[in-house]
Amino acid sequence: MKTLRFRPCGNFKVQYREELNVFETDFGRLWAAVGIVVLFAVVPWVVTPYLLYVVNLIGISIIAALGLNILVGSTGLISLGHGAFFGVGAYSAGILAVTYGIPFLAVVPLAGLVTAVVGMIFGIPSGRLKGLYLTIATLAGQFIIEYVLVHWESVTGGTMGLTLPAPSLFGVAIAGDLSFFYVIYATAVVMVFAAVNLMRTRYGRAFVAIRDNDRAAEGMGIPIFRYKLLSFAVSSFYAGVAGALWGYYMISITAEPFTLGLSVEYIAMIIIGGLGSIPGAIFGTVFITLLNEGLRWVTDTIMNMGGLAGVELTMAPLREFVFGLAIVLFILFEPRGLAEVWRIIRSNFKLWPFSY
Amino acid sequence: MDFFIQLLINGISIGFLYGLSAMGFVMIFKSSSVLNFAHGEVLAFGAFLFLALVTWAQLPIWLGFLVTLAGSFILGFVIERIFLRPLIGEPLIYVIMLTVGLAAMFKGGMLLVWGGNLYTYPDFLPEGLGISWGIIQVPPVYVAAVIIGSLFLLMFGLFFKFSSQGIYMRSVADNQTAALSLGVHVRRVFALSWAIAAMVAGISGIVLGIINGITVHELSSVGLKVFPVVILGGLDSIGGAIIGGLIIGLLETFTGGYLSPSLRDVVPYIALVFILLVKPYGLFGLAEIERV
Repeated sequence: MKTLRFRPCGNFKVQYREELNVFETDFGRLWAAVGIVVLFAVVPWVVTPYLLYVVNLIGISIIAALGLNILVGSTGLISLGHGAFFGVGAYSAGILAVTYGIPFLAVVPLAGLVTAVVGMIFGIPSGRLKGLYLTIATLAGQFIIEYVLVHWESVTGGTMGLTLPAPSLFGVAIAGDLSFFYVIYATAVVMVFAAVNLMRTRYGRAFVAIRDNDRAAEGMGIPIFRYKLLSFAVSSFYAGVAGALWGYYMISITAEPFTLGLSVEYIAMIIIGGLGSIPGAIFGTVFITLLNEGLRWVTDTIMNMGGLAGVELTMAPLREFVFGLAIVLFILFEPRGLAEVWRIIRSNFKLWPFSY
Repeated sequence: MDFFIQLLINGISIGFLYGLSAMGFVMIFKSSSVLNFAHGEVLAFGAFLFLALVTWAQLPIWLGFLVTLAGSFILGFVIERIFLRPLIGEPLIYVIMLTVGLAAMFKGGMLLVWGGNLYTYPDFLPEGLGISWGIIQVPPVYVAAVIIGSLFLLMFGLFFKFSSQGIYMRSVADNQTAALSLGVHVRRVFALSWAIAAMVAGISGIVLGIINGITVHELSSVGLKVFPVVILGGLDSIGGAIIGGLIIGLLETFTGGYLSPSLRDVVPYIALVFILLVKPYGLFGLAEIERV
């Protein structure tokens, strides 16, 4: 039996291969396994129904934020259109399921593929543009997609939106938060696994090379345009899958939620979580969603206290304000996000008591 | 023909306002290379400050206007000082996201204070300002907009041409390192350009507020409309901002008038994508895009 690897006090890697290990120690592997078991076996049974709904939304957002993190954090292409791509996923799921009657299991990846194609179309400017010009191009993409979703009435149902049929998987109907929990988190785990491994392949390393220095990457023989498009495609695929799940979960979809605000929310998630880090995307998503729910709770409590009936405290502006504040504070004080905070905490334990 | 001329006039006046709003944006980009996503919110802040001063504090119009200018100036200065200065030299995404975060913060804050309702200024423009030559009807607000806009354009032209601070700002925009080594206080120039840009934004906020009424959402969305304008005119050209504004304004009103009103709001962005694909540095911008 092989001996378990513990974390040594220091960095004792002797081969480059070791840098590629998913888990540095067997403890990490163990904890990941325990985490997944707890997630699937314990979490859905102990939380309240409303909390389960929140947990499901977190799962969906994790998938979308992971995709954005591949594009922004790993490839260095700043996109302000992720919310629209998410919407494209939801709508293509709706259209595939309603108009063509395709079953759930096929709809979700197909919606992802449709969104990937749309993402590639809006990624074409990246062949000529970079930096802030590309950001502006994706901003335009956001508005154009929003417009198409509302005004292409014969396909998207206009302002009425679409109503998705109840999904079923292998003959079992998926209804209610609990069964959606398993579907969403099974997908999320697969997507996280795929993202972790994507970053270890030549494609992932090419993305990082493009981010760090595109000219050097080109010089080393990476066809930059193709890889940038690929990055757009992968990121949109994630958004599309998340959007499709969201569409099924929400049953009826309209173009209302897929605004620039949603795109900014996803960017906030990955910035607060940590750019280019997969745990970061998860931390950021959890943070933002909990912040949202916390604010909802606060406003509800204040509203219910009475005596403040004259005060019209609405949720949306306060949320927007705190959101902006969170983004600004993280950028000013911890630009590498929660993933860095987590790393610091861990290395404090690892190096204690000689943390130098 | 009547319809065409009316659209033309509307387009030119709206375009002029876009140009005026874009001017402040360009000023910031030119001196400090920051893409300011919070421009629309700064603009809305100016409009609301003026509203509060005129209706709540009951100041006379001219005093309210001056105090608004001062307030916007200070706001711009404070934004640069507190938020942007620590980020000098940081990667682009942090700078962009900081302004996005600021935009959300300001928008939320203004919504908390004023709500999403539509306000209007008390009527203070003299009736005689309107022009009516036969079929050509120009409402007084548009005339006022063009007058105020031209006045400030002229003032900024003179400022950049002759005042020492204006020359410093141009030198920093031209070559930051060279300006620094020649003794220009670059950080002060950054602060000043933010302050002036916020002031210009405040003015365009007031004028837009006179025309369309004042709502947080409408005014802050102007900040996003600025992007097609500045890309068309060239990100670092102040004259280009005005011409880009005119073109986008005309494009918008003619699309709204002849094609469909709903297409009106999205057509600048469609134009934006094409401009970016064909001529990314715009009509008058510096061609510094590298193709990788």
